[in-house]
Amino acid sequence: MLSRLIFLSLLLALQCIPAARAAVNVLACEPEWAALTLELGGERVRATSATTARQDPHHIEARPSLIARARNADLVVCTGADLEIGWLPLLLRESGNPRIQPGQPGYFEAADFVRLLDKPASLDRGQGDVHAAGNPHLHADPRNLLKVADALAQRLARIDSAQAAHYGARNRDFQARMSAAIARWESEAASLRGMPVVAHHKSWTYLADWLGLRVVADLEPKPGIEPSVASLSALLERLKSQPARLILRTAYQAAKPSEWLAQRAGIPALELPYTVGGSPAATDLFGLFDDTIGKLKAASR
Amino acid sequence: MSIHIHRENIMPKHSLLAGALLCLWAGASQADASLDALRAEIRQMRESYETRLAEMENRLRLAETRAASFATTPAPTPATAPATPAPLPAHATAANSLNPEVSLVLQGSYAERKSGERAITGFLTGGHDHGDERGFKADHTELTLAANIDPNLRGYANIAFADDEVEVEEAWFQTLGLGNGFSVKGGRFLSGIGYANEQHPHVWDFADNNLMYSVLFGEHFGQDGLQFKWLAPTDTFLELGVELGRGGNFPGSEDGGNKNGAGAWAAFAHVGDDVGVSHSWRAGLSYLEAKPRDRESHVEDLNDVEAETLFSGKSKTWVADLVWKWAPDGNPKARNFKFQAEYFHREEDGDFTCVDNGPAGLCNGTTDDYDSRQSGWYAQAVYQFMPRWRAGIRYDRLDSGDVDIGLNSAFLPVADYRPDKWSLMADYSPSEYSRFRLQLARDHSMDGSPDNHQLTLQYIHNLGPHGAHRF
Repeated sequence: MLSRLIFLSLLLALQCIPAARAAVNVLACEPEWAALTLELGGERVRATSATTARQDPHHIEARPSLIARARNADLVVCTGADLEIGWLPLLLRESGNPRIQPGQPGYFEAADFVRLLDKPASLDRGQGDVHAAGNPHLHADPRNLLKVADALAQRLARIDSAQAAHYGARNRDFQARMSAAIARWESEAASLRGMPVVAHHKSWTYLADWLGLRVVADLEPKPGIEPSVASLSALLERLKSQPARLILRTAYQAAKPSEWLAQRAGIPALELPYTVGGSPAATDLFGLFDDTIGKLKAASR
Repeated sequence: MSIHIHRENIMPKHSLLAGALLCLWAGASQADASLDALRAEIRQMRESYETRLAEMENRLRLAETRAASFATTPAPTPATAPATPAPLPAHATAANSLNPEVSLVLQGSYAERKSGERAITGFLTGGHDHGDERGFKADHTELTLAANIDPNLRGYANIAFADDEVEVEEAWFQTLGLGNGFSVKGGRFLSGIGYANEQHPHVWDFADNNLMYSVLFGEHFGQDGLQFKWLAPTDTFLELGVELGRGGNFPGSEDGGNKNGAGAWAAFAHVGDDVGVSHSWRAGLSYLEAKPRDRESHVEDLNDVEAETLFSGKSKTWVADLVWKWAPDGNPKARNFKFQAEYFHREEDGDFTCVDNGPAGLCNGTTDDYDSRQSGWYAQAVYQFMPRWRAGIRYDRLDSGDVDIGLNSAFLPVADYRPDKWSLMADYSPSEYSRFRLQLARDHSMDGSPDNHQLTLQYIHNLGPHGAHRF
């Protein structure tokens, strides 16, 4: 009787193991990559993001809960280009998980598959928090998402090779839908071309590059250095000779500096979702850009 | 060889000379032959390299055109994974484009203290302590080097420089790829016990160490040995660790570590999680056992003459720690709050000697039993109320507890004292690489010599890559 029970429970356990392994466990560093992984993997992946749209991905900590999630991940999907340098290396080392170490198939950096902008000519901390590899806020240009999706679909197919066809098919579907959406957004945003804007941080370089916005100034006096009253006053003076139409910030950046400047310069300050979850409408990557362009157009009227 | 013999037969008279010449010629022709073979081999190698190079160039061109085509129109991707997976991209980041990562921490201070040497009453201490000197001072300059040694190991060294002193604070390797949550660290490392123990002074939230760590370890407990850690496969963070080491540092001693086997061992467990999106915490329990031999401490005898004491026996320390952090929406950049508290209990049993301290002193080299039960705790809270600006408060309290020094109580004071200290600090960080701090303290750690007006101005600057700091 006992031996039969043991046999039955073993059989049950054996059935449970593949069930537990069924989904690829993905830890994304930012919400946009969790959303993209879900687009490509569907029900085959379990993707969570280490940060939310209200958290600055430069500045979170390697919290115990994140170390526990990294421990069980099959794949980490991050931006790279040093965006997560303050916490990701520690997370990976503390995880005791060899699958997700840099150089392994379980480690994916989006920046590897995209041409980065703002590559600094010289590296000196006197220039603020400069990223040697270039500006890491690359997902704000949806054309980059197409390139990253190609590479990520291949990576998922490599990790979960039995389901390679599934990822290939979902990627083709995503590429078609995203390409069509990009064409639509581009025609909707044609009126924004050449519009001068002020950005809180270098978060909008890629969006500006895509839509042809002209970033005339940053609120931060140097990248990563928070604006002060003195630096904002100087900026206010500059805006008199070089006016801008909008001041842009992300959901995770403090509202105070842009509101301060908006009041005095007499131009609207606009919070854009920046990533998935950054506004009620930005529920996925398509909603993100629908909302971004809708808000830009409404504010520029 | 056959030619050689044939010619020798034709010209027998000059066989000796001719033989010698022919030998040379044959040797030369043989060398010629092997040279030719070598040349052919090199040519072959060059050709094969050229074809491989051309192949690689072709692949690069292909990849470039593919990347370019993605930029305009999305190219269809293969439905199945490629038979041979493409090589994974190498990651050149700012931190490791220089191999290894190098960073240098500059620290210095201006301090105002009551004159005279200060000690914490009622506790035997060893090791060195920071922040006792007055006036202007450049503190330790810390040099950190870190890199992956190979795909399986990471190496790290932290070297502290001060006048006439270079101290290897840490120098260890750590495994990266054992799997199943296991990792091993070996070399000299800061023990994983407690919370603040793994922090170097430049990470402290206050200008000086808390009293608890000062009496427990001097600064912090460093091990020469091995650390085994295991991270449980649970959604809640649970980490277990065991350490075996030399135990050469206080509460161990250099003589205690000089043996076959471990002079000290430690075990710890850490648990942690998030509560909602804004709160996160970590709690821990740790145990450290050391077997010091002739461990030196300096105390003043009943005549106020400095005396050296030696302790040999067993030292057992329990530490409980808790850290709680809060940030609105979990985004600590603008505002955040951190609460940290630790408690310890220490028991020491063994032999105690007060070394003869001369005609003025009372000690005469008597050795007798030593038995102590001591405890203490600290709690601190630091609030970043706006970008760049933080303020903090810390309270330290120790209990000298029960100490029985046997016959030596005729020469040495046995204190019944509860040292305590209040500290207030405010710091300003122009960037994440620099910090300036003001600290005020009311220090009652020394019986009969309260110092109510301690002031410290401090700077901490970091040259080099971002250090990824622990939670």
